[in-house]
Amino acid sequence: MTMNRQETEQLIQEVLEVYPEATGKQRAKHLMANDPSLEKSNKCIVANKKALPGVMTARGCAYAGAKGVVWGPVKDVLNISHGPVGCGQFSRAGRRNYVTGHSGVNVFNDINFTSDFQEKDVVFGGDKKLAKIISELDTLFPLAKGVTIQSECPIGLIGDDIEAVAKKSARDIGKVVVPVRCEGFRGVSQSLGHHVANDSLRDWVLHGRDDDPGFEATPYDVAITGDYNIGGDAWSSRVLLEEMGLRVIAQWSGDGSIPEMQITRHAKLNLLHCYRSMNYISRHMEEKYGMPWMEYNFFGPTKIAESLRKIAAFFDGAIQENAERVIAKYQPIMDAIIAKYRPRLEGKRVMLFVGGLRPRHVIGAYEDLGMEVIGAGYEFAHNDDYDRTFKELQDGALIYDDATSFELESFVERLKPDLIGSGIKEKYVFHKMGIPFRQMHSWDYSGPYHGYDGFAIFARDMDMTLNNPCWQKLKAPWQRASAETIQAAA
Amino acid sequence: MPNVMLRNNAAGQLVFYVTKKDHEETVVALEHAGPGAWGGEMELADGSRFYLEPFDQPPKLPLTVRVKRL
Ligand code: SF4
Repeated sequence: MTMNRQETEQLIQEVLEVYPEATGKQRAKHLMANDPSLEKSNKCIVANKKALPGVMTARGCAYAGAKGVVWGPVKDVLNISHGPVGCGQFSRAGRRNYVTGHSGVNVFNDINFTSDFQEKDVVFGGDKKLAKIISELDTLFPLAKGVTIQSECPIGLIGDDIEAVAKKSARDIGKVVVPVRCEGFRGVSQSLGHHVANDSLRDWVLHGRDDDPGFEATPYDVAITGDYNIGGDAWSSRVLLEEMGLRVIAQWSGDGSIPEMQITRHAKLNLLHCYRSMNYISRHMEEKYGMPWMEYNFFGPTKIAESLRKIAAFFDGAIQENAERVIAKYQPIMDAIIAKYRPRLEGKRVMLFVGGLRPRHVIGAYEDLGMEVIGAGYEFAHNDDYDRTFKELQDGALIYDDATSFELESFVERLKPDLIGSGIKEKYVFHKMGIPFRQMHSWDYSGPYHGYDGFAIFARDMDMTLNNPCWQKLKAPWQRASAETIQAAA
Repeated sequence: MPNVMLRNNAAGQLVFYVTKKDHEETVVALEHAGPGAWGGEMELADGSRFYLEPFDQPPKLPLTVRVKRL
């Protein structure tokens, strides 16, 4: 059953009833029924606001945004989780940002480096310890291209001067040392961490080779920004661009490196996948180096073809022809995949609750498979993300910003979707409710999902999850209605 | 006096963007848009108005500037 706008509004009212009045009023501003004709979201939905005390939110902290999302995938830096050991250890390697290289030799993003704060460090300050760690790391890992200092909560509380340590250490070891002020208590979600990390890239890394004339640019250089290579996403995107005749000179930040970032300014076009986490640096590079940026979407054949054409339009006729050739080459393969999976998935209804770009970007991929997205929400989006969502989502679909666990569960109980795409925190709750679930932050240990190759895997995964025979086994045989099934079981 | 970034969007419209607030609006009216002077009072699509100290020449966009709320 697809709901119209009125029914969705009514559902929202009913779910909000259990809240105390003030809470209900606040939460009502974060929920709405989609109206694709809307241009601007600021009149109809409130986003990027502090979660209310007492509700269960799925958000993370600024450190998670900076270290986990933006800096974590950079392969040739040593990310020091500066503070107590837990923040880094419990988030270590959870996002499966794939890289090429040898761990511990020239790539380091699956290792947890921490200053392991103890009581005495809090009392006497950790700056000396930090300087020592940086020089030790430089001795142990000579091939690293830099060090970042990812501040955890205590660092901001005790007022350590990590910027001074970074400056001095950078001189001592002759490499990039980046202080990232991403203490977890800053901002309302991981989103501020993205911003802080972008600013640290801008201030401490980006200009490093500005007066190095060594790079030989071509008219077809592009950069991939906001792709974290989860399960190999950036690679399956990159091959398409290369087949088109473009040269990808930098990946931000999945499988990316410091030297790549410093030559990005030579790119003719900056391709931005995750707008939320890297629009800041893209806007900065546009202002400083005159490098235009463009959002694209590599989920599902329809959107990929659209994006390839949009990207090609920026270049000359040869590239445009190549783009058509690439699309024509993959179309039959995609048609075969759709022919195989669409009959198994047709008409299934999906609810999404993910981070900063998936709730809108994957809609096209589901629609290619004949599925419909009936509800979508972001953990930490801002209003400009919702501006971009309305057009993608069908009329009357439910939109929830920073949904609380109670709201999400109630919506699911009422809407009874066939599939939910969300994070690990939601996964087992919905498994227990008997609803097929995909973890859409890091593709449930699968991937890549970007590009044509990714769509093949995406379609298989959705089928595998939805049509898994286990969902029919949730009822005990004697509870099943028909006698036939009882006989079959016996 | 917010810090804003002015840029042209794909459709060629002038866009006003406040990073801290993620506030992005198109500029619907600009007092001085020609050569000789560029800036002055500007009105955004949402009806709010700002003042930008005029430049002598149209500047190279995007550009971060300070503006005054009117
Ligand atoms: S909120 Fe603070 S203590 Fe918790 S994970 Fe984030 S940085 Fe660490």
